[in-house]
Amino acid sequence: MSRIIPIAVHTFKESVREKVLYSLVLFAILLMAAGILFGTISVGVNEIVLINLGLTAISVFGLLIAIFIGISLVWKELERRTIYNVLSRPVARWEFIIGKYLGLALTLLVNTAMMTAAFYIVLWWEMGRLGAGDLAPLEAIYFILLELALVVGLALLFSTISTPVLSAIFSFSLYLVGNLLDDLRDFGERSGSAAVGLLARGLALILPDFGAFSAISQAAHGQMIPAYRVLSNSLYALLYVTVLVSAAILIFEERELQ
Amino acid sequence: MWAVETSALTKDYRAGFWRNRSQRALDRLDLTIEPGEIFGLLGPNGAGKTTTLKLLLRLIFPTSGHATVLGRPVSDLRSHARIGYLPENPSFYDHLTAAEFMQYAGWLAGLDSRTRRLRTGELLDRVGLAASAGLAVRKFSKGMVQRLGIAQALVHDPELLILDEPMSGLDPLGRRQVRDLILELRRQGKTFLFSTHILSDAETLCDRMAILDRGRLRGSGSLREILGAASSATELILENPQPAALDALAHFTTAAVRTGDRVRLEIAAEADLPTVLRTALDADARIVALNPIKLSLEDYFVARLGSRENASGPIADKSSVQAPKAEAARR
Repeated sequence: MSRIIPIAVHTFKESVREKVLYSLVLFAILLMAAGILFGTISVGVNEIVLINLGLTAISVFGLLIAIFIGISLVWKELERRTIYNVLSRPVARWEFIIGKYLGLALTLLVNTAMMTAAFYIVLWWEMGRLGAGDLAPLEAIYFILLELALVVGLALLFSTISTPVLSAIFSFSLYLVGNLLDDLRDFGERSGSAAVGLLARGLALILPDFGAFSAISQAAHGQMIPAYRVLSNSLYALLYVTVLVSAAILIFEERELQ
Repeated sequence: MWAVETSALTKDYRAGFWRNRSQRALDRLDLTIEPGEIFGLLGPNGAGKTTTLKLLLRLIFPTSGHATVLGRPVSDLRSHARIGYLPENPSFYDHLTAAEFMQYAGWLAGLDSRTRRLRTGELLDRVGLAASAGLAVRKFSKGMVQRLGIAQALVHDPELLILDEPMSGLDPLGRRQVRDLILELRRQGKTFLFSTHILSDAETLCDRMAILDRGRLRGSGSLREILGAASSATELILENPQPAALDALAHFTTAAVRTGDRVRLEIAAEADLPTVLRTALDADARIVALNPIKLSLEDYFVARLGSRENASGPIADKSSVQAPKAEAARR
């Protein structure tokens, strides 16, 4: 168990030293600067535009980092044979996978925290004040973090079985499909076929429901999210991540490191 | 208790597009290594040396048979805390410096931060990398990477060191340093299991060795035991021998090489020596020298494995490349 921490810290350090991370953060900040510009143009609705744009930027850039670093988390260690340095020591394979997961999750947490700080600075600068009503974006950011935790799990799972390109395609595809599960359920109901309905419901149950984490629009309008939704989303993310990481461990336990 | 013990250890790899073909990399290997000895694993490429080492570290899994390391089955991770491993062509993290990597290796091995710092400085100094401690590993030469590989294997002061081609990429000075380090650590009671292509290193370092070829154990024991099983020969050098003398000796010799006015003859059977000498003296040949030919591991390799390698082609080995040079030097 104690070996998880060094692996997580090492993964965090590696991610932070990837220059792409800095450039993505920079882009996010630039995008929020653009939000100020749009806010100025849209008189009266500048706060809504700013929150919408800022939270979308945090979500998109977090997603890009989660996928592009996540897909090579395990693959790179296997490809470059650096894995021998880890698994020849008293480190269990499950410790390696969990350490890798937590390392990237920590990177995204720190990264999102930095973008959140930048977002509130911009908001304060633009609005001239920050009040209790401005706490709503924090809930949306929490949902973004849950969403990213799921994406890292997906990317990590694919990273243990596939190449980065395929893993990126799989991860993006699942993210997109996972945002359209309401439409899938709707399609199943309208199809009129019991078999199609069952299939659609089954898929909607199995696939990750990323749509459930969408709260940006509500946050932009200052609406707080009900506690039960926060709780159910938290449990859903925890359960789903546990399944994904467990699957990655099961696959990796059997993997031969030739 | 053996430091390492394998019993009928077998490994098949899946090959082919559908992974339906089976390729045997290691075939029922029985091996025992005593604590405190230096044991060499020798053989051409594809012999099964790296496969054996990886099986002992549970990096790959056996098809059948079993192995124990330091008295525990290889599946028991507790023994890993007492093993240091240097992989073949080691690779480290580009984003870390040598010192940072050593610290990471020590952390994974369960060392506290103070011990990690101490061991990092001590070992980088020991392998000649003290001046490069703060340099990113991606800027290292092949020899420096190899030295760092050896240092990281030692970071937690292990009892057993499993080194895959430890001399690879090192210059003569580096090889000497590593040889001295191995001998020094052996005096401290460490056990070494290493694979090598460089037969002279095996001859100098190993207490015992095993020779693998195409996954099968071809011989094991001390150098003397291995070479004793192979045939030896004697060389007889004559000066200006008459053709009649050479004709008379031809029956006993396996090779004859003329250099200037001297002829070097190789006599395979020791029992023939008195007759050969009498025949040479009777033919008025002047005997310049009579020497036993000291058989080296290279000779053993060429004799036992070389002929089949040349015939089959795919197994190329440095030993067979080095052999003609050794032969020339002996002459």
